[in-house]
Amino acid sequence: MAQVSIRKVVKAYEGNVQAVKGIDLEIADEEFVVLVGPSGCGKSTTLRMIAGLEEITSGDIAIGGEVVNDVPPRDRDIAMVFQNYALYPHMSVFDNMAFGLKLRKFPKEEIKKRVDDAAKMLDIAMLLDRKPKALSGGQRQRVAMGRAIVRNPKVFLFDEPLSNLDAKLRVQMRTEIKKVHQLVPTTTVYVTHDQIEAMTLADRVVVMNHGIIEQVGAPQELYHNPATRFVAGFIGSPAMNFLTVKLVSDNGLYVELADGTRLAVNPARIDRYKPHAGKTMTLGLRPEHLTETHTNEKPGTAYLDATVDVTEPMGMETMVHFFIKGEPVCARVDPLTVAIPGQILRLAADMSNMHLIDNDTNKVV
Amino acid sequence: MADGNSIGYGETALVSTPRPRVGSMRRFARRRSLFAILLCSPLIALVVGLQFYPAGYAFYLSMLNRKMTGFVLFDNFTFLMGQDSFQLVVFQSCLFAVSAVVFKALLGFILAHLMHNIRGQNQRIWRGLLLIPWVIPLALSTLTWWWLFDPAYSALNWTLKWFGLPSIPFLGTVWNARISVIVVNVWFGAPFFMIMYLAALKSVPEQLYEAAAIDGAGAVQRLFFITLPMMRNIILITVLYSLIVTFADFDIVRILTNGGPQDGTHLFATYAFQVGIQSGNIPRGAAVSLFMFPILAALAFFVLRDVIKRNKEITA
Repeated sequence: MAQVSIRKVVKAYEGNVQAVKGIDLEIADEEFVVLVGPSGCGKSTTLRMIAGLEEITSGDIAIGGEVVNDVPPRDRDIAMVFQNYALYPHMSVFDNMAFGLKLRKFPKEEIKKRVDDAAKMLDIAMLLDRKPKALSGGQRQRVAMGRAIVRNPKVFLFDEPLSNLDAKLRVQMRTEIKKVHQLVPTTTVYVTHDQIEAMTLADRVVVMNHGIIEQVGAPQELYHNPATRFVAGFIGSPAMNFLTVKLVSDNGLYVELADGTRLAVNPARIDRYKPHAGKTMTLGLRPEHLTETHTNEKPGTAYLDATVDVTEPMGMETMVHFFIKGEPVCARVDPLTVAIPGQILRLAADMSNMHLIDNDTNKVV
Repeated sequence: MADGNSIGYGETALVSTPRPRVGSMRRFARRRSLFAILLCSPLIALVVGLQFYPAGYAFYLSMLNRKMTGFVLFDNFTFLMGQDSFQLVVFQSCLFAVSAVVFKALLGFILAHLMHNIRGQNQRIWRGLLLIPWVIPLALSTLTWWWLFDPAYSALNWTLKWFGLPSIPFLGTVWNARISVIVVNVWFGAPFFMIMYLAALKSVPEQLYEAAAIDGAGAVQRLFFITLPMMRNIILITVLYSLIVTFADFDIVRILTNGGPQDGTHLFATYAFQVGIQSGNIPRGAAVSLFMFPILAALAFFVLRDVIKRNKEITA
């Protein structure tokens, strides 16, 4: 059993710069948690504090119920995969993977068995005699994972492990990591700045920004019910559209765009939004909820006319970019839709998936 | 081309009024290999004039008779090998060079680690201070050491006396003198090792230590499994370089003991000077100075071959 508990953890550097500002997080046994956020949000620092590579300024970190604040990394029973692999260049792949076991004085047969098993699982059995220099980026990453797996630790820590790989290999390795977690279910904390990686890998995603946790939740929950403007904008690609609107109560509830277009609020949300009537707010609408019009629209659909600026045909869909009073907007339309730059295109906004953000608190209401 | 006179690249042959001076200069500049050799020629002249020629000439001299009137081939070398005084010089040179290099390397390694752990601006100050022995002209600093080793008036013996201890004749007995010249050489050469090892330490990625710490390595294991293997090439090269330079050392012994007492501190260089210049037997002096050349050349060959092989294996 290896739950990881992070309680009111603060990390401050010299000059009282706080990298992590008192975060709380409970990670269940065998759970795959991804910390995601932009550079400098404190996600790597948090991971390094769990690993014991950074001291904690205040608060507690517990692994398997035991507070490990003052326990050195080697006694925490964790394994870590680094962004640039951190393989020992002077050792063969076998020795790299066996190093931790040798230091822990495992019997030779046991070491060989564990390394061979891990190598087979990661498809690197034929590389065991090579030095890291003779491996490709993907192979090195597998060796780094192998080094973690053979130790059979309580917790796996991944620090942006795929950032140095090319796009194609990244997708492939993402699947491999998920497969490994299914084969060897171990508590995993994974740090990335790539929200797609976070969404595809995680049981739960932790979105961090400026040293605090913005929201914790399952990937679908974060996508559909973001708690803050930051989460709404960070999760999802292409990013959610943000439009300055006025919430108007006039024979029903409307959001009024900067150009005067009024979009009716879905009746199911009227009670939720009514207290904010009259306020200037931000409307959040994902590109896939702004599409071409259909003959039988579902209830809660509103229409607006867009003067097409740029189109990006992606094959499966076409992205249409336009502006509403200077604010950029992206719509995701069927590739057969005729969208010509400079011409007007009528779009349907699925208002049942709208988000309304309070400009004072930046929270989704 | 608007003025009708400019010469475009590759058009020289078509222009009816070529300007020969500019054209030939350009043609010359385009012959890259010749141009490259020309640019390197000052260096080549320096290496040939100051290294190959003197080395070749010394080798030629070592094969002449005392009057330098005829060839005796390797007679000077065989004569030297049979002489007790020369065998003592070989022993002393090896003792001096090997122990000095070992202590320099050890001290340099420890200093580099201490330096590496000093953070920020202070490191630069300490680094500068510790480099002082290496930047002072050796002959001058050896004179200072000579005063320090003086039996009657030196600071060292005065301090010993202050504690009620008997004074030590640092340069008066053979073994004391041998140890003293080694100490001065270590004092002079350790900063070079420190600066090389510090650079090597800085180039070991921090993440390797972090990975090792997580893998379960303590401080000693990190030293033996990460630091030393990662610094291996630098250690080998500095030791090799220092061994060659220390074997050729002249200043310290010349100023501190002049080979004495009882020829107990002579090195190849000082002995070669005594035999060749002071006693006037230049061919035999040349033979003394060339004695270690084949051994050191072989050592250099094997060490450098190993370093290159290793470098190919590990550098990403």
